[in-house]
Amino acid sequence: MASSGRPLDLDPRGVTNPDVTRGPRLHRRAILSLGGGWRSDAAARWVFIWPTVVVILFLSIFPLVASLTLAFSELVFARGRIEVDFVGLQNFQILLFGTERTHLLGLLKPPTPLGWVIFGLGLTVILRSLVGSLTGGHVRPLGALLRIAGAVLAAGLLWLVVQTLFSEGGRPGSLVVTMIYVFAGIVVQFLLGLGLALLAVQPLAGRRFFRIVFMLPLTITPIGVGYMFRMMTDTGKGPLEPIFGLLGMGQYTWVTDPWAARIAVIIGDTWQWTPFVFIVLLAALEGLDQEVREAAFVDGASHRQSFWHITVPAILPVSTTIVLIRLIEGFKIVDMPNILTGGGPGTATQSLTLQAYLDWRTLNLGRSAAIAYILLFLVTVIATGYVAWWRRRIRPV
Amino acid sequence: MANPLRRRSPLDISPAAKLVSYVLLIGWSFIVLFPLYWLAVTSLKLPVDVDRGPFYLPFVDFQPTLAAWRNILFELGDDTLRPYVNTIVVGLSSAGLALVLGSTAAYALVRFTYRPRVGLIALGAVCVAAAYGAILGGVPWQLAAVSGVAVFALLAQAVARRSRGTLANDDIAFWLISQRILPPIAIVIPLYVLFQQVGLLDTQLALVLTYVAANVPIVVWLMRDYFMALPVELEEAAAVDGASVYRIVRSVVLPIAVPGLVATFLITLIFAWNEYLIAVVLSSAKAQTMPLLVAAQDATRGPQWWAMSVLVLIMIVPVIIMAVVLERYISRGILVGAVKG
Repeated sequence: MASSGRPLDLDPRGVTNPDVTRGPRLHRRAILSLGGGWRSDAAARWVFIWPTVVVILFLSIFPLVASLTLAFSELVFARGRIEVDFVGLQNFQILLFGTERTHLLGLLKPPTPLGWVIFGLGLTVILRSLVGSLTGGHVRPLGALLRIAGAVLAAGLLWLVVQTLFSEGGRPGSLVVTMIYVFAGIVVQFLLGLGLALLAVQPLAGRRFFRIVFMLPLTITPIGVGYMFRMMTDTGKGPLEPIFGLLGMGQYTWVTDPWAARIAVIIGDTWQWTPFVFIVLLAALEGLDQEVREAAFVDGASHRQSFWHITVPAILPVSTTIVLIRLIEGFKIVDMPNILTGGGPGTATQSLTLQAYLDWRTLNLGRSAAIAYILLFLVTVIATGYVAWWRRRIRPV
Repeated sequence: MANPLRRRSPLDISPAAKLVSYVLLIGWSFIVLFPLYWLAVTSLKLPVDVDRGPFYLPFVDFQPTLAAWRNILFELGDDTLRPYVNTIVVGLSSAGLALVLGSTAAYALVRFTYRPRVGLIALGAVCVAAAYGAILGGVPWQLAAVSGVAVFALLAQAVARRSRGTLANDDIAFWLISQRILPPIAIVIPLYVLFQQVGLLDTQLALVLTYVAANVPIVVWLMRDYFMALPVELEEAAAVDGASVYRIVRSVVLPIAVPGLVATFLITLIFAWNEYLIAVVLSSAKAQTMPLLVAAQDATRGPQWWAMSVLVLIMIVPVIIMAVVLERYISRGILVGAVKG
């Protein structure tokens, strides 16, 4: 998962010395000396890669291009055929400035004092890392431009978050809600998964049992998990009714309070995806050289020191990859809010994909595609920013 | 551990720490297992028992019945079997196809050197995009495809001679892997139109193709790391002995790549097995998969919890069995590349 290829690389060794991991040009001689027929070595190099390229081209790239044309159009379903009416930026205009603005971006209000403080702090961090990245080392004009654009976007997102979450009467739209799901989910899942992996790596009886049990949620369809948590959060007839009763929440319904509903979604998502972090980190911890730890203890290191100076550096590369994967996958969240809350109350728990899906269902394909593009843009910027940030951070001194 | 006289290692855990560890591990096991237990219990209830409030223990709290199981498996047997078969066919074939395509591509990207010309790629992209747009605009797809290929063939030579810029393996790998970022919702609507045009809507084939496209990036990602971590010396020796590339892949690479392949297969299988959004857009009746059937239990009469529980349970059983049997491979397989970096 920690790719040693350049672009997604998170491992310092791959960056500095690609020859360590990249194989030599093994078959070159054979390729040059042979020819003809698809079974020949010369053909093999193309046979191996072309099917994949073709599949991606036809089923990812071209649909994506078509989606772009959709995003600028309105579809009219006539009898037996579909008419595509070009409407320019109208879909985006409606989403970002028009009637759908509250739905997508939320209700924007001036921030409270706390909001201003958060915005100030965040802006300082963004500016500092921007200045740091521009002054440290050789930066090409294009790179500088991209970094400035990234910083502007980050500041814009922060301003949006502050206006919707830390303001009088503001409320988040599906864009901010999606980010809440992703970031809250990643933090909780990572910490839980790490904790469980640290526990399960110990030489205890029944390790295999725990490992298999902890893996189970991954195998269940998110739809099923959504319904399961709808039963769990049912305060009247659900299995946790006695607990809710004890807490005086017998009449309470999770799905009418926006924040309770969002937290329910995050809990369901965490239940499902913590195992992923767990499995990967457990394997990483098992790969750790125990003798190093033993030697450290003999030399008088404390458990805390051994954790921070041996364990953490060893699992750092794989952790960055886990977070990247969860970041990419997390932004696609749709089934959990769709099933658990139906996106409600109102639109409070809708993620971007869910909003686009509901627009698709009402045959508003143009707007649906526009939302999908906004989501694609958001996740691309955030994932790229994350990779770039990490690459700089762990570059060997 | 068995030897009582063994010197105590500093890595051994104190009894107190052991107790705390067990409490926490069992606690999380409970959190994981309880919803599943509730699913199992609910599947044994009559609607009236579900509606009257929480009952936990069969025979103690309520009288268990197999009514829901009988209903789903026998009375509605055909309606259950069809989605089940669809799920198995789509899951296995899409995961298998993605594995073959993705891992050969990953191997090629690790061991061969590619230098595609930027100009040709741009030309190809323009041609096919134009053809695609034409299809969406109502031009018959056969005509659009033929003219696209023709234009490309006419211009390819000229462009190839002019363009100097080339890409490297890493660029191709990055391009393939980055497709995983694509939110399914961004491509599923055009795919709906595309499959409608070629008459593949609501077929297993449409789902298989789409899942392959969605999963190939993750296969390339995982298997590329895996192949990078494999020693190249064996393959070099085989090449020196005159073995062909296919022969080397079959007899040298394949045997040592099994753990990685198994783990990757399982991951893609689980994805295709459980996927909802793409399936709900691309299929309605004939190619309906199990997640759609589960969601269908929440239709007009409110959620049919008992039926839903049965369906979810029969859906996860095969996956769990596979996961348990292959558990060893999962940790060994997924992570050779990841852990070693």
